[in-house]
Amino acid sequence: MLELFINSILSNNIALTLILGMCPLIAISTSVKNAKGMGIAVILVVTITAVINYPIFQLLKMTGTEDVSLLVFIITIAATVQILELLLEKYIPTLYSAFGIYLPLITVNCVVLAVSQFFVNRDYNYAQTAVFAFGSSVGWLLAIVLVASIREKLAVYGDLPKGLRGKAIVFMILGILALAFAGFRGLSL
Amino acid sequence: MNFIRIRYTKWFNIIKNGMKTGNPIFVAALGLCSALAVSNTVENAIAMGLGVTFVTMVSSMFVSMFRNYIPSKLRIVTYMVIISTFTIFVQKFLQAYFPDIYSSLGAYVGLIITNCIVMGRAEAFAVKNPWRYSLIDGFASGMGYMFVLVLVALIREPLAFGTILGYQVMPDGFTTWASMAIAPGGFFILGLMIWILRTWAKSYEQEA
Repeated sequence: MLELFINSILSNNIALTLILGMCPLIAISTSVKNAKGMGIAVILVVTITAVINYPIFQLLKMTGTEDVSLLVFIITIAATVQILELLLEKYIPTLYSAFGIYLPLITVNCVVLAVSQFFVNRDYNYAQTAVFAFGSSVGWLLAIVLVASIREKLAVYGDLPKGLRGKAIVFMILGILALAFAGFRGLSL
Repeated sequence: MNFIRIRYTKWFNIIKNGMKTGNPIFVAALGLCSALAVSNTVENAIAMGLGVTFVTMVSSMFVSMFRNYIPSKLRIVTYMVIISTFTIFVQKFLQAYFPDIYSSLGAYVGLIITNCIVMGRAEAFAVKNPWRYSLIDGFASGMGYMFVLVLVALIREPLAFGTILGYQVMPDGFTTWASMAIAPGGFFILGLMIWILRTWAKSYEQEA
């Protein structure tokens, strides 16, 4: 269990080795503050949807209609995000004002759908699914905060060629980080 | 004469926008996850490109056909349902006829749903335009996406495996670069490409 958790954060980091959730990672990593907000919102949504989708998938499997699982997953995700937004706004307004703006964006973050697909492909049980979902989203948070802090420093001290500014340098940063994370592959617990 | 006139038609402009001026990957930075993940071999890149093109075309067409009947508050969910229907179609098609490609693409086929290109074209173009233009627009965006994917794959595959489409192209003693087959290769190649293209097109970006 611990092994699965550590692996999903480091050696199988969902952003840097599986390359998922790139669009928001590149768009929102301009400041560490925003990156943290988005990362925490992702942890919430990914963990909750995986926990909801697992029993739904078992139900689909029982009735022999797992072919439409993608369609069902995406509706669950959209509904969860919507409900979470309403609940946060009503009961925890301080949290809502901090993370609220990131929530609608998460529906199209592929990390959420990917985690739901992985537990299907890899035959995880319920507890493993929950741990894997939580670990993967923590890994994503780690990646976006790392990129954002490097970008913040670069914006102050960096003197880049014009063509490299913006997206191109983000890819370079991601490439170097990905190489570093590839080093975790040798880690065995 | 006819060829010159064709340059001023709406059809031509839509295609040019999708392939060049509004290229989904280079200019708008959409659909990056799958672009980086499946561009390690040319075969995967072509399969993924065609899949995305098909889904974008058909979903744009359907969104555009039903655009007057979809309540604007429910539109995102409606798009999701349309897009996932066709994604399941592509998934089942690959599974049935190309099981090898299906297993190497893995979860990324299902992730066409969350590929921002599909949603982006539905939201930006198909809601405002008749279905035949939406179909062409979806085709052009999909092709622009596939073009970049194949370009990246053409660099990565020879370096990572010494082959193109399974044929040996590198000399015998060539040491394959393991890092090209995994994530870092994709990041570096795409980053370099954007750098070169920006410098060449002189379209710079202001750091926010």
